[in-house]
Amino acid sequence: MIVGNRKEFQEIVGMLGSNRRVLLLGCNECVTVCGVGGEKEVGVLASELRIHWKTAGETFEVKEHTLERQCDYEYIDQVRGFVGDYDVILSMACGAGVQYVAEAYKTKLVMPAVNTTFLGVTLEQGVWSERCQGCGACILDMTGGVCPIARCAKSLMNGPCGGSSGGKCEVDKEVDCGWQLIIDRLTELGQLDRYEDIIPVKDWRSSREAGPRKRIREDLRL
Amino acid sequence: MKTNSKIEKIWDSGGFIVTSECGPPRGADAEIVRKKGEYLRGVVDGVNVTDNQTSVVRMSSLSACAILKGMGLEPILQMVCRDRNRIALQSDILGAAALGINNMLCLSGDHQKFGDHPQGKNVYDIDSMQLIQTVRQMRDEGKFLGGDEIKGKPVIFIGAAENPFADPFEIRAARLGKKVKSGCQFIQTQCIYNLEKFSRWMQMVCDRGLHEKCAILAGVTPMKSAGMANYMKKNVPGMDVPDALIERMKGTPKEKQAEEGINICVESIQQLREMPGVRGIHIMAIEWEEKVAEIVKAAGLFPRPEV
Repeated sequence: MIVGNRKEFQEIVGMLGSNRRVLLLGCNECVTVCGVGGEKEVGVLASELRIHWKTAGETFEVKEHTLERQCDYEYIDQVRGFVGDYDVILSMACGAGVQYVAEAYKTKLVMPAVNTTFLGVTLEQGVWSERCQGCGACILDMTGGVCPIARCAKSLMNGPCGGSSGGKCEVDKEVDCGWQLIIDRLTELGQLDRYEDIIPVKDWRSSREAGPRKRIREDLRL
Repeated sequence: MKTNSKIEKIWDSGGFIVTSECGPPRGADAEIVRKKGEYLRGVVDGVNVTDNQTSVVRMSSLSACAILKGMGLEPILQMVCRDRNRIALQSDILGAAALGINNMLCLSGDHQKFGDHPQGKNVYDIDSMQLIQTVRQMRDEGKFLGGDEIKGKPVIFIGAAENPFADPFEIRAARLGKKVKSGCQFIQTQCIYNLEKFSRWMQMVCDRGLHEKCAILAGVTPMKSAGMANYMKKNVPGMDVPDALIERMKGTPKEKQAEEGINICVESIQQLREMPGVRGIHIMAIEWEEKVAEIVKAAGLFPRPEV
């Protein structure tokens, strides 16, 4: 899933500037699961904003609305009837959702309430961890199912650097060394000899390096 | 392909290699490089020039190498994958060869988190293993990574680093094996204080026959004080400093600690020289280049061979 963090309240207030009529748009997908931009968080942020402006003695209006998804046009289109009543759309979706809403309402200000961070998994209630960088050319078959690109701070493809210590990364003692995880897993699988294979220079064209990516499935098109 | 590297010539003649390091200044003053170079003239066979070590911005390694080369020294260009993509790396390899630099050390580089610009974005287009392969391909096949032909091959002796004390320990020799398979011809190790653990690593290296394909230079760093020993143990990732050594430094009066640090370093060199498979010593006297001559002489490694 896509994981994000809600922006600090003061940053959101600063971003909104003099706009006092806000359509606060949540998303029912990833950001709901990671607890930053679903219906509940929309309610919390709306209350914070109302209290802030009431305390300041200023008029303020916020409409709470949570879409099934902000990455599909048919859901975004559902707010077309009342979007004109507001100065700004404050989206609590990931960066993809924020942009797609902006594309749908070209003359409307659209602002992000969330910092989109990574593609990851839920480790436990309230804890998420990065797993994938979407490089577009998966090598997990060679590395025991642990990604060196996403999980090594230097994205090293041929083994741990000299800073791996006690299973932890030199960058942060709380972070597992991705290569220690790979070696442990290859050992468990009886495949440690695979470590001897040199992973060749990567073709980053499948990644973001070739510019924004687009995928077309002709068999699915209407 | 044979190069003009002094290190390669000593390796070929069966000699014992001594290298050291010169950290470029945090400014544009060439005199600082020359001054450090003077300390090392005639004392070592090659001088590593670090590439923004610990991710702190310094004069470029290539420029400092050119200054040392102009003084008649034998520079070893350090090159890290942190700051440059394959286009910039290959371009600098050509530039180094054109300046007559005969040696290169291929490294991944310290993470920028430790430096003076932790806000920066790292590159890591390729890793150190792949950088070794890149230099070998450029030199031996005369081809860029992209496949185009190079007009004027860079004839460079290829080195890399290895940390015998990092984890997972059991794959550290295998990792060196991958570097050798990629084309690495000499290795400089992380500073060795735990000689027992180093000898276990060296045994694994010899079991794989890697010491015959690649010159292993054992890394040493003299400690200036008990404080430095303590700092290295606690704060430098992948550094193994035994408690006995820290106690020995602490037990020495403050004004004698630097001298004791040199003594320890010389003793280590003498033990490392006797270790099967060790073909040289790499002395990293951090901001203490003026002491290298004293260490080399005290260790009985002077004069250096004429090749």
